[in-house]
Amino acid sequence: MNAASADNFHARVDAALADPTLKIAVERTAGTAEAKRGVAVAAFPDFEAARTRAAAIKDHVIAHLGYYLEEFEANAIAAGAKVHWASTASEACKIVVDICQTSGAKSVARSKSMLGEEIGLPHALAEAGISRIETDLAEHIIQLADERPSHIIWPAMHKTREQVSALFKAKHRSPHEEETIAAMAESARRELRTQMLGADVGISGANFLIADTGAVCTVTNEGNAELSLVPPRIHIVTAGIEKIVPSMPHAIHMLRMLARSATGAALTQYTTFYTGPKRPDDRDGPEQMHIILVDNGRTKMREEGLAEMLRCIRCGACMNHCVVFRQIGGHAYGGTYPGPMGSVLTPAIDGLKQSRDLPNACTLNGKCQEVCPVRIPLPTLLRGWREKSWREGLEPTSMRWGLGIWAWVARRPALYRLGTGIALWAMQWMGKGGWINQLPLAGGWTRYRDLPKPARHSFMAQYKKDHRP
Amino acid sequence: MTTKPVALFVTCLVDLMRPRIGFAAIRALEAAGCSVVVPEGQTCCGQPALNSGDRQHAVELAKQTIAALEPYAAVVVPSGSCAGTIRCHYPEIFQHDPQWLPRAQAVADKTFEIMAYLDEICGWRPEGVTLDAKATYHDSCSGLRELGIKAQPRRLLKNIDGLTFAPLADEETCCGFGGTFCVKYPAISNAIVGEKADAIDASGADLLLAGDLGCLMNMAGKLHRKGSKVRAYHAIELIADMGDGPAIGEEA
Ligand code: SF4
Repeated sequence: MNAASADNFHARVDAALADPTLKIAVERTAGTAEAKRGVAVAAFPDFEAARTRAAAIKDHVIAHLGYYLEEFEANAIAAGAKVHWASTASEACKIVVDICQTSGAKSVARSKSMLGEEIGLPHALAEAGISRIETDLAEHIIQLADERPSHIIWPAMHKTREQVSALFKAKHRSPHEEETIAAMAESARRELRTQMLGADVGISGANFLIADTGAVCTVTNEGNAELSLVPPRIHIVTAGIEKIVPSMPHAIHMLRMLARSATGAALTQYTTFYTGPKRPDDRDGPEQMHIILVDNGRTKMREEGLAEMLRCIRCGACMNHCVVFRQIGGHAYGGTYPGPMGSVLTPAIDGLKQSRDLPNACTLNGKCQEVCPVRIPLPTLLRGWREKSWREGLEPTSMRWGLGIWAWVARRPALYRLGTGIALWAMQWMGKGGWINQLPLAGGWTRYRDLPKPARHSFMAQYKKDHRP
Repeated sequence: MTTKPVALFVTCLVDLMRPRIGFAAIRALEAAGCSVVVPEGQTCCGQPALNSGDRQHAVELAKQTIAALEPYAAVVVPSGSCAGTIRCHYPEIFQHDPQWLPRAQAVADKTFEIMAYLDEICGWRPEGVTLDAKATYHDSCSGLRELGIKAQPRRLLKNIDGLTFAPLADEETCCGFGGTFCVKYPAISNAIVGEKADAIDASGADLLLAGDLGCLMNMAGKLHRKGSKVRAYHAIELIADMGDGPAIGEEA
């Protein structure tokens, strides 16, 4: 589905590892996020209980998704919004494009939405000849650089401040002069404001859909959602169906979990609830509000053992704390969503065949699960994909044979002792001193590190000798 | 004195790469008043198959391991990740198998990581052990997150006279071993262990300790490749008063 699918993972990893600037950029942001989350969580009274509750809220709505979606739909309609249903990415894009075209809209202002990326909305708008302006600062950077987001909270995480400054100087109509953050932000503001205010349509995602009021909640740190959604004539929301929560208190609980897990803040700077379009006595607001509820594989995920993944509130904590993400950055993952959550989602969205590397390229160290505010058992879900990949014969032959032989021998203890005895004997002639620095069939290991020479005699052999009656 | 009979599950890496860890485990367990048996039928717990998605072989090896271990009152493992596989993953593997689930659960319930067993179950502390060295400790992921191994090794090591500690930056961060991960994605694994090795060097310690041989081999292998002088041991070797022997990669 996505332009850059997840195949050729190795090539992207090599490129990422060879880029020292990327490492600096990722480390700055993820490192800060990690530290701030740590402080925020420590100060949260009984964070563990709050996580359990957050997981329970999501589990409940996922189990009764149909019920809450219908409740949401009825209330959103009562508030004056129009609700659309899309089962695929292309259906969702078509609905957006149709709304724009029917109303004669030429330009849209978009507030950051990962679902928009997931369904390929920027591409669909371009194809339809509708001009698009990204209003989130990081998305603006990405748009100028003609790249894709590399993180779900900080889409431009892979760029250093210095690189962004150079980009603004090259692309802004009246670029900043000083190298300060303030000057750069001012430059982006100048560039964006006029375009935002002139847009015909504002498009946003949703952090939460609130069933009992039909409200849509968005959070941003820049207030760009408010600026880009209120002035245009039309507001279009594209939201994944799993974004639903029963009521406002539930949304507030999830918001507290989201902000702390993402940035360590108590609450995101701008948290807005949109309930229907402008009413007759309202001074401003869009004339039409359209809400597109997108499935795009979610129902199938629920049926196929990935229901827990639908709890995800897109906080990004799992990737900020992931040793692999911190080395390779988000683009290497190849899908819309990077890091541990992306490695679970991408095979579901883009297909396992072309993304089988993602669930494999993980040490299963469990840190992501430890920090996930909704307790998603990410390692277990990744293992599930590995099993499916194995069953479907997608794993490399060398791995299948290697493990097969190992397991076959290990199932026969006497043969195992004989075989390992011979292997140990053979390995005594390798390397020098206690180390082996080159080993046939284990180049992956010895290319980068030495291997301690194995024992001359196995534990079992030595133990038996000493304990012979 | 009553003796507690325990079975030692050696783990395939300890068996082949560093038998000293197995002997250190026996020595510490005996000092703690246990009588140790090493069941014959054991080979590998099946973790490499389980983590690679090879369900069928994981199931077969799990069954074999369960059968080998179930006659004993307790099972002790000198590895957090293998103990974690038996304790946490065996019951999962057999969750839809009414015949094997109770057997898997029973073995899971009586299986312990060695340092947790010595500390929590036996309430034991090493006595009269002296070692003049400065150590740093890496918390291996499976032990830490699946079994809560954190304070136990530190409590035991604290009883060693002369041993001081240097804090390790990001001590809970994965070393990049990840079983087959390190050979399937060697470049990523190398980048991770490279940072770990730098942190170990920066700690100023002479010894690196951990509770899992896989992680230790990864870190020690990287330290050696970069010419570091830090020497690596499984913590149980020091606890069993075998810290004067060759470190990982040193010839006996
Ligand atoms: S999986 Fe958990 S930690 Fe990762 S983005 Fe989703 S909610 Fe956040």
